[in-house]
Amino acid sequence: MNLFSLFNRRSSAPVARERLQILLSHERAERGRPDLLVVLREEILAVVGRHIAVEQDKVRVKMTRDDDISTLEIDIEVPNAARARVLLHA
Amino acid sequence: MAKVLVVTSGKGGVGKTTSTAALGAALAQEGQNVVVVDFDVGLRNLDLVLGAERRVVYDLINVVQGDAKLSQALIRDKRLENLSLLPASQTRDKDALTADGVSRIVTELREKFDWVICDSPAGIEKGATLAMRHADIAVIVTNPEVSSVRDSDRVIGLLDSKTERAEKGELVEKHLLITRYDTARARRGEMLKTEDVLEILSIPLLGIIPESQEVLRASNLGTPVTLSNPMSAPARAYIDAARRLRGESLVVSVPTDKRSFFGSLFARRVA
Repeated sequence: MNLFSLFNRRSSAPVARERLQILLSHERAERGRPDLLVVLREEILAVVGRHIAVEQDKVRVKMTRDDDISTLEIDIEVPNAARARVLLHA
Repeated sequence: MAKVLVVTSGKGGVGKTTSTAALGAALAQEGQNVVVVDFDVGLRNLDLVLGAERRVVYDLINVVQGDAKLSQALIRDKRLENLSLLPASQTRDKDALTADGVSRIVTELREKFDWVICDSPAGIEKGATLAMRHADIAVIVTNPEVSSVRDSDRVIGLLDSKTERAEKGELVEKHLLITRYDTARARRGEMLKTEDVLEILSIPLLGIIPESQEVLRASNLGTPVTLSNPMSAPARAYIDAARRLRGESLVVSVPTDKRSFFGSLFARRVA
Protein backbone atom coordinates (compact mmCIF):
# COMPACT_ATOMS: atom_id res chain seq x y z
CA MET A 1 0.00 0.00 0.00
CA ASN A 2 1.57 3.29 -1.01
CA LEU A 3 1.06 6.65 0.60
CA PHE A 4 -1.53 7.67 -1.99
CA SER A 5 -3.74 4.64 -1.43
CA LEU A 6 -3.45 5.19 2.31
CA PHE A 7 -5.05 8.61 2.01
CA ASN A 8 -7.41 7.54 -0.71
CA ARG A 9 -8.69 4.50 1.15
CA ARG A 10 -12.41 4.90 1.60
CA SER A 11 -13.73 3.56 4.83
CA SER A 12 -15.40 0.20 4.20
CA ALA A 13 -18.17 0.25 6.83
CA PRO A 14 -20.47 2.58 4.83
CA VAL A 15 -20.11 0.21 1.85
CA ALA A 16 -21.09 -2.73 4.06
CA ARG A 17 -24.06 -0.81 5.39
CA GLU A 18 -25.31 0.12 1.91
CA ARG A 19 -24.86 -3.40 0.52
CA LEU A 20 -26.77 -4.87 3.46
CA GLN A 21 -29.63 -2.41 3.13
CA ILE A 22 -30.11 -3.24 -0.56
CA LEU A 23 -29.72 -6.99 -0.08
CA LEU A 24 -32.03 -7.25 2.90
CA SER A 25 -34.79 -5.21 1.29
CA HIS A 26 -34.78 -7.78 -1.53
CA GLU A 27 -34.58 -10.77 0.77
CA ARG A 28 -37.40 -9.48 2.97
CA ALA A 29 -39.61 -8.98 -0.10
CA GLU A 30 -38.71 -12.46 -1.26
CA ARG A 31 -39.73 -13.93 2.07
CA GLY A 32 -43.08 -12.17 1.79
CA ARG A 33 -43.77 -13.72 -1.62
CA PRO A 34 -45.68 -16.86 -0.58
CA ASP A 35 -47.93 -14.53 1.37
CA LEU A 36 -48.60 -12.52 -1.81
CA LEU A 37 -50.38 -15.54 -3.26
CA VAL A 38 -52.45 -15.88 -0.11
CA VAL A 39 -53.47 -12.21 -0.34
CA LEU A 40 -54.26 -12.53 -4.05
CA ARG A 41 -56.37 -15.61 -3.43
CA GLU A 42 -58.36 -13.89 -0.68
CA GLU A 43 -58.97 -10.75 -2.72
CA ILE A 44 -59.93 -12.60 -5.90
CA LEU A 45 -62.29 -14.77 -3.91
CA ALA A 46 -63.89 -11.65 -2.40
CA VAL A 47 -64.40 -9.98 -5.80
CA VAL A 48 -65.76 -13.06 -7.55
CA GLY A 49 -67.84 -13.92 -4.50
CA ARG A 50 -69.76 -10.67 -4.90
CA HIS A 51 -71.29 -11.99 -8.12
CA ILE A 52 -71.07 -15.77 -7.99
CA ALA A 53 -71.20 -18.14 -5.06
CA VAL A 54 -67.74 -19.72 -4.98
CA GLU A 55 -66.43 -22.28 -2.54
CA GLN A 56 -63.22 -21.44 -0.68
CA ASP A 57 -61.32 -24.50 -1.84
CA LYS A 58 -62.38 -24.12 -5.47
CA VAL A 59 -60.04 -21.19 -6.05
CA ARG A 60 -56.45 -21.93 -7.03
CA VAL A 61 -53.80 -19.26 -7.55
CA LYS A 62 -50.45 -20.26 -8.95
CA MET A 63 -47.43 -18.22 -9.97
CA THR A 64 -44.60 -19.56 -12.10
CA ARG A 65 -41.47 -17.64 -12.90
CA ASP A 66 -39.28 -18.37 -15.87
CA ASP A 67 -36.43 -16.41 -17.36
CA ASP A 68 -38.42 -14.34 -19.84
CA ILE A 69 -42.03 -14.88 -18.79
CA SER A 70 -43.88 -15.09 -15.50
CA THR A 71 -47.34 -16.58 -15.36
CA LEU A 72 -50.07 -15.93 -12.86
CA GLU A 73 -52.68 -18.63 -13.18
CA ILE A 74 -56.04 -18.30 -11.47
CA ASP A 75 -58.37 -21.26 -11.58
CA ILE A 76 -61.89 -20.84 -10.23
CA GLU A 77 -64.42 -23.61 -10.25
CA VAL A 78 -67.95 -22.22 -10.54
CA PRO A 79 -70.87 -24.43 -9.49
CA ASN A 80 -73.97 -24.98 -11.64
CA ALA A 81 -72.33 -23.43 -14.64
CA ALA A 82 -69.70 -24.23 -17.14
CA ARG A 83 -66.31 -24.36 -15.45
CA ALA A 84 -64.89 -20.88 -15.67
CA ARG A 85 -61.20 -20.59 -16.16
CA VAL A 86 -59.35 -17.35 -15.99
CA LEU A 87 -55.83 -17.23 -17.23
CA LEU A 88 -53.76 -14.11 -16.93
CA HIS A 89 -50.37 -13.85 -18.51
CA ALA A 90 -48.07 -11.19 -17.17
CA MET B 1 -43.44 -16.96 35.97
CA ALA B 2 -40.61 -18.74 34.16
CA LYS B 3 -39.19 -17.26 30.99
CA VAL B 4 -37.88 -19.26 28.07
CA LEU B 5 -35.09 -17.47 26.24
CA VAL B 6 -33.37 -18.60 23.05
CA VAL B 7 -29.86 -17.45 22.16
CA THR B 8 -29.69 -17.62 18.38
CA SER B 9 -27.93 -16.10 15.36
CA GLY B 10 -28.14 -18.19 12.21
CA LYS B 11 -24.43 -17.82 11.58
CA GLY B 12 -21.96 -19.97 13.47
CA GLY B 13 -19.03 -18.73 15.53
CA VAL B 14 -20.53 -15.39 16.53
CA GLY B 15 -20.67 -16.18 20.26
CA LYS B 16 -23.97 -17.95 21.01
CA THR B 17 -22.49 -20.48 23.42
CA THR B 18 -20.22 -17.93 25.11
CA SER B 19 -23.20 -15.58 25.49
CA THR B 20 -25.49 -18.35 26.79
CA ALA B 21 -22.92 -19.25 29.46
CA ALA B 22 -22.24 -15.62 30.40
CA LEU B 23 -25.90 -14.50 30.52
CA GLY B 24 -26.91 -17.67 32.38
CA ALA B 25 -24.16 -17.16 34.94
CA ALA B 26 -24.91 -13.44 35.29
CA LEU B 27 -28.60 -14.15 35.98
CA ALA B 28 -27.65 -16.87 38.47
CA GLN B 29 -25.20 -14.49 40.16
CA GLU B 30 -28.20 -12.21 40.72
CA GLY B 31 -29.98 -15.01 42.54
CA GLN B 32 -32.17 -16.23 39.68
CA ASN B 33 -32.75 -19.94 39.19
CA VAL B 34 -31.31 -20.68 35.76
CA VAL B 35 -30.98 -23.68 33.46
CA VAL B 36 -28.98 -23.51 30.24
CA VAL B 37 -29.95 -26.08 27.60
CA ASP B 38 -27.63 -27.11 24.77
CA PHE B 39 -29.61 -27.79 21.58
CA ASP B 40 -26.56 -28.46 19.43
CA VAL B 41 -27.01 -32.23 19.17
CA GLY B 42 -23.86 -33.88 17.84
CA LEU B 43 -21.70 -30.79 18.41
CA ARG B 44 -22.24 -29.97 22.04
CA ASN B 45 -19.97 -27.33 23.56
CA LEU B 46 -21.87 -25.58 26.31
CA ASP B 47 -20.62 -28.24 28.76
CA LEU B 48 -17.03 -27.39 27.80
CA VAL B 49 -17.48 -23.62 28.08
CA LEU B 50 -19.02 -24.14 31.52
CA GLY B 51 -16.27 -26.55 32.63
CA ALA B 52 -18.72 -29.43 33.12
CA GLU B 53 -17.52 -31.68 30.28
CA ARG B 54 -16.44 -34.48 32.60
CA ARG B 55 -19.67 -34.51 34.55
CA VAL B 56 -22.05 -35.36 31.69
CA VAL B 57 -23.83 -38.67 32.29
CA TYR B 58 -27.23 -38.28 30.65
CA ASP B 59 -28.24 -35.74 28.03
CA LEU B 60 -31.18 -34.03 26.32
CA ILE B 61 -31.78 -36.97 23.94
CA ASN B 62 -31.79 -39.48 26.80
CA VAL B 63 -34.54 -37.42 28.43
CA VAL B 64 -36.46 -36.97 25.15
CA GLN B 65 -36.43 -40.74 24.62
CA GLY B 66 -37.34 -41.53 28.21
CA ASP B 67 -34.03 -43.26 29.01
CA ALA B 68 -33.32 -40.83 31.85
CA LYS B 69 -35.31 -38.53 34.08
CA LEU B 70 -34.77 -34.80 33.72
CA SER B 71 -33.34 -34.63 37.25
CA GLN B 72 -30.71 -37.24 36.30
CA ALA B 73 -29.55 -35.28 33.27
CA LEU B 74 -29.33 -31.85 34.90
CA ILE B 75 -25.82 -30.85 36.01
CA ARG B 76 -25.58 -28.29 38.79
CA ASP B 77 -22.73 -25.80 38.43
CA LYS B 78 -20.01 -26.20 41.09
CA ARG B 79 -19.55 -22.45 41.57
CA LEU B 80 -23.14 -21.25 41.24
CA GLU B 81 -25.64 -23.56 42.91
CA ASN B 82 -28.63 -21.99 41.14
CA LEU B 83 -27.17 -22.54 37.67
CA SER B 84 -27.84 -25.88 35.95
CA LEU B 85 -26.91 -27.35 32.60
CA LEU B 86 -28.86 -29.73 30.40
CA PRO B 87 -26.23 -30.99 27.94
CA ALA B 88 -26.83 -32.03 24.34
CA SER B 89 -25.94 -35.48 23.11
CA GLN B 90 -22.54 -35.76 21.46
CA THR B 91 -23.01 -39.15 19.84
CA ARG B 92 -26.59 -39.13 18.64
CA ASP B 93 -27.98 -37.80 15.44
CA LYS B 94 -29.91 -34.53 15.58
CA ASP B 95 -32.98 -36.31 14.20
CA ALA B 96 -33.35 -37.85 17.65
CA LEU B 97 -34.62 -34.45 18.79
CA THR B 98 -38.41 -34.46 18.43
CA ALA B 99 -40.88 -31.60 18.68
CA ASP B 100 -42.98 -33.46 21.26
CA GLY B 101 -39.95 -34.34 23.37
CA VAL B 102 -38.67 -30.76 23.37
CA SER B 103 -42.11 -29.43 24.23
CA ARG B 104 -42.39 -31.83 27.19
CA ILE B 105 -38.94 -30.95 28.53
CA VAL B 106 -39.43 -27.19 28.21
CA THR B 107 -42.74 -27.47 30.08
CA GLU B 108 -41.02 -29.39 32.88
CA LEU B 109 -38.10 -26.96 33.04
CA ARG B 110 -40.50 -23.99 33.26
CA GLU B 111 -41.80 -25.42 36.53
CA LYS B 112 -38.34 -25.76 38.07
CA PHE B 113 -36.52 -22.61 36.98
CA ASP B 114 -36.97 -18.85 36.58
CA TRP B 115 -35.02 -18.85 33.31
CA VAL B 116 -34.74 -21.57 30.67
CA ILE B 117 -31.97 -20.47 28.30
CA CYS B 118 -31.79 -22.44 25.05
CA ASP B 119 -28.45 -22.35 23.24
CA SER B 120 -29.35 -22.75 19.56
CA PRO B 121 -27.15 -24.52 17.03
CA ALA B 122 -26.04 -22.51 14.00
CA GLY B 123 -28.15 -22.71 10.86
CA ILE B 124 -31.90 -22.67 10.38
CA GLU B 125 -32.54 -26.41 10.36
CA LYS B 126 -34.46 -28.55 12.83
CA GLY B 127 -32.15 -28.02 15.82
CA ALA B 128 -32.34 -24.25 15.50
CA THR B 129 -36.11 -24.14 14.94
CA LEU B 130 -36.72 -26.48 17.90
CA ALA B 131 -34.46 -24.34 20.11
CA MET B 132 -36.57 -21.25 19.33
CA ARG B 133 -39.91 -23.10 19.24
CA HIS B 134 -41.11 -22.28 22.79
CA ALA B 135 -39.22 -19.03 23.34
CA ASP B 136 -40.80 -16.02 25.04
CA ILE B 137 -37.67 -13.96 24.49
CA ALA B 138 -34.92 -14.20 21.86
CA VAL B 139 -31.40 -12.86 22.09
CA ILE B 140 -29.99 -12.49 18.59
CA VAL B 141 -26.21 -12.57 18.72
CA THR B 142 -24.67 -10.55 15.89
CA ASN B 143 -21.13 -9.58 14.92
CA PRO B 144 -20.77 -6.19 13.22
CA GLU B 145 -20.05 -7.92 9.93
CA VAL B 146 -22.15 -8.36 6.75
CA SER B 147 -22.76 -12.12 6.78
CA SER B 148 -23.69 -12.15 10.46
CA VAL B 149 -26.16 -9.27 10.04
CA ARG B 150 -27.76 -10.93 7.03
CA ASP B 151 -28.19 -14.24 8.88
CA SER B 152 -29.63 -12.42 11.90
CA ASP B 153 -32.25 -10.85 9.66
CA ARG B 154 -33.21 -14.30 8.42
CA VAL B 155 -33.46 -15.63 11.98
CA ILE B 156 -35.65 -12.67 13.00
CA GLY B 157 -37.99 -13.70 10.17
CA LEU B 158 -38.13 -17.25 11.56
CA LEU B 159 -38.83 -15.99 15.09
CA ASP B 160 -41.79 -14.09 13.66
CA SER B 161 -43.20 -17.10 11.82
CA LYS B 162 -42.02 -20.48 13.12
CA THR B 163 -42.35 -20.13 16.89
CA GLU B 164 -45.23 -21.21 19.08
CA ARG B 165 -45.89 -17.57 19.94
CA ALA B 166 -45.92 -16.49 16.29
CA GLU B 167 -48.42 -19.23 15.45
CA LYS B 168 -50.70 -17.96 18.22
CA GLY B 169 -50.44 -14.45 16.79
CA GLU B 170 -48.23 -13.30 19.66
CA LEU B 171 -44.74 -11.86 19.45
CA VAL B 172 -41.44 -13.24 20.65
CA GLU B 173 -39.66 -10.41 22.45
CA LYS B 174 -36.48 -9.86 20.44
CA HIS B 175 -33.20 -8.36 21.64
CA LEU B 176 -29.99 -7.65 19.78
CA LEU B 177 -26.67 -8.55 21.38
CA ILE B 178 -23.69 -7.26 19.42
CA THR B 179 -20.53 -9.22 20.14
CA ARG B 180 -16.85 -8.77 19.17
CA TYR B 181 -17.36 -5.04 18.86
CA ASP B 182 -14.28 -2.88 18.37
CA THR B 183 -15.09 0.75 19.19
CA ALA B 184 -11.91 2.11 17.65
CA ARG B 185 -12.39 0.32 14.33
CA ALA B 186 -16.05 1.32 14.16
CA ARG B 187 -15.04 4.92 14.78
CA ARG B 188 -12.52 4.74 11.94
CA GLY B 189 -15.18 3.44 9.56
CA GLU B 190 -13.59 -0.02 9.35
CA MET B 191 -16.45 -1.81 11.08
CA LEU B 192 -20.24 -1.42 11.07
CA LYS B 193 -21.32 0.84 13.92
CA THR B 194 -23.90 -0.18 16.48
CA GLU B 195 -26.26 2.41 14.96
CA ASP B 196 -25.88 0.81 11.51
CA VAL B 197 -26.72 -2.68 12.78
CA LEU B 198 -29.65 -1.35 14.80
CA GLU B 199 -31.02 0.56 11.85
CA ILE B 200 -30.78 -2.45 9.54
CA LEU B 201 -32.24 -5.02 11.93
CA SER B 202 -34.56 -2.66 13.82
CA ILE B 203 -34.86 -4.60 17.06
CA PRO B 204 -33.98 -3.19 20.51
CA LEU B 205 -30.41 -3.38 21.76
CA LEU B 206 -29.65 -5.61 24.74
CA GLY B 207 -25.93 -4.93 24.93
CA ILE B 208 -22.60 -4.57 23.19
CA ILE B 209 -19.86 -7.02 24.10
CA PRO B 210 -16.45 -5.58 23.23
CA GLU B 211 -13.81 -7.71 21.52
CA SER B 212 -11.64 -8.90 24.40
CA GLN B 213 -8.95 -11.43 25.26
CA GLU B 214 -10.91 -12.22 28.40
CA VAL B 215 -13.52 -14.15 26.39
CA LEU B 216 -10.98 -16.69 25.10
CA ARG B 217 -9.35 -16.88 28.53
CA ALA B 218 -12.72 -17.70 30.08
CA SER B 219 -13.43 -20.52 27.62
CA ASN B 220 -9.88 -21.85 28.10
CA LEU B 221 -10.63 -22.08 31.81
CA GLY B 222 -14.16 -23.45 31.40
CA THR B 223 -15.63 -20.57 33.41
CA PRO B 224 -18.21 -18.04 32.21
CA VAL B 225 -16.49 -14.68 31.75
CA THR B 226 -18.76 -13.07 34.36
CA LEU B 227 -17.17 -15.42 36.93
CA SER B 228 -13.58 -15.66 35.67
CA ASN B 229 -13.09 -11.90 35.67
CA PRO B 230 -16.25 -10.02 36.71
CA MET B 231 -14.56 -6.63 36.38
CA SER B 232 -13.42 -7.19 32.80
CA ALA B 233 -15.11 -5.26 29.99
CA PRO B 234 -17.02 -8.22 28.46
CA ALA B 235 -18.14 -9.41 31.91
CA ARG B 236 -19.53 -5.99 32.77
CA ALA B 237 -21.29 -5.84 29.41
CA TYR B 238 -22.88 -9.27 30.00
CA ILE B 239 -23.88 -8.41 33.57
CA ASP B 240 -25.61 -5.24 32.35
CA ALA B 241 -27.32 -7.20 29.56
CA ALA B 242 -28.63 -9.71 32.11
CA ARG B 243 -30.01 -6.86 34.22
CA ARG B 244 -31.76 -5.45 31.15
CA LEU B 245 -33.31 -8.88 30.54
CA ARG B 246 -34.77 -8.62 34.03
CA GLY B 247 -36.39 -5.35 33.08
CA GLU B 248 -33.93 -2.76 34.36
CA SER B 249 -33.40 0.13 31.98
CA LEU B 250 -29.71 0.90 31.85
CA VAL B 251 -27.97 3.11 29.32
CA VAL B 252 -26.03 0.92 26.88
CA SER B 253 -22.32 1.68 26.74
CA VAL B 254 -19.28 -0.20 25.51
CA PRO B 255 -17.16 -0.99 28.56
CA THR B 256 -13.38 -0.89 28.03
CA ASP B 257 -10.69 -2.95 29.71
CA LYS B 258 -8.10 -0.23 30.07
CA ARG B 259 -9.28 2.49 32.38
CA SER B 260 -6.82 5.01 30.95
CA PHE B 261 -7.71 8.64 30.46
CA PHE B 262 -8.42 8.04 26.77
CA GLY B 263 -10.20 4.79 27.53
CA SER B 264 -12.66 6.48 29.85
CA LEU B 265 -13.14 9.30 27.35
CA PHE B 266 -14.20 6.80 24.70
CA ALA B 267 -16.42 4.64 26.92
CA ARG B 268 -19.21 6.86 25.79
CA ARG B 269 -22.91 6.30 25.31
CA VAL B 270 -23.82 4.60 22.09
CA ALA B 271 -27.55 4.07 22.24
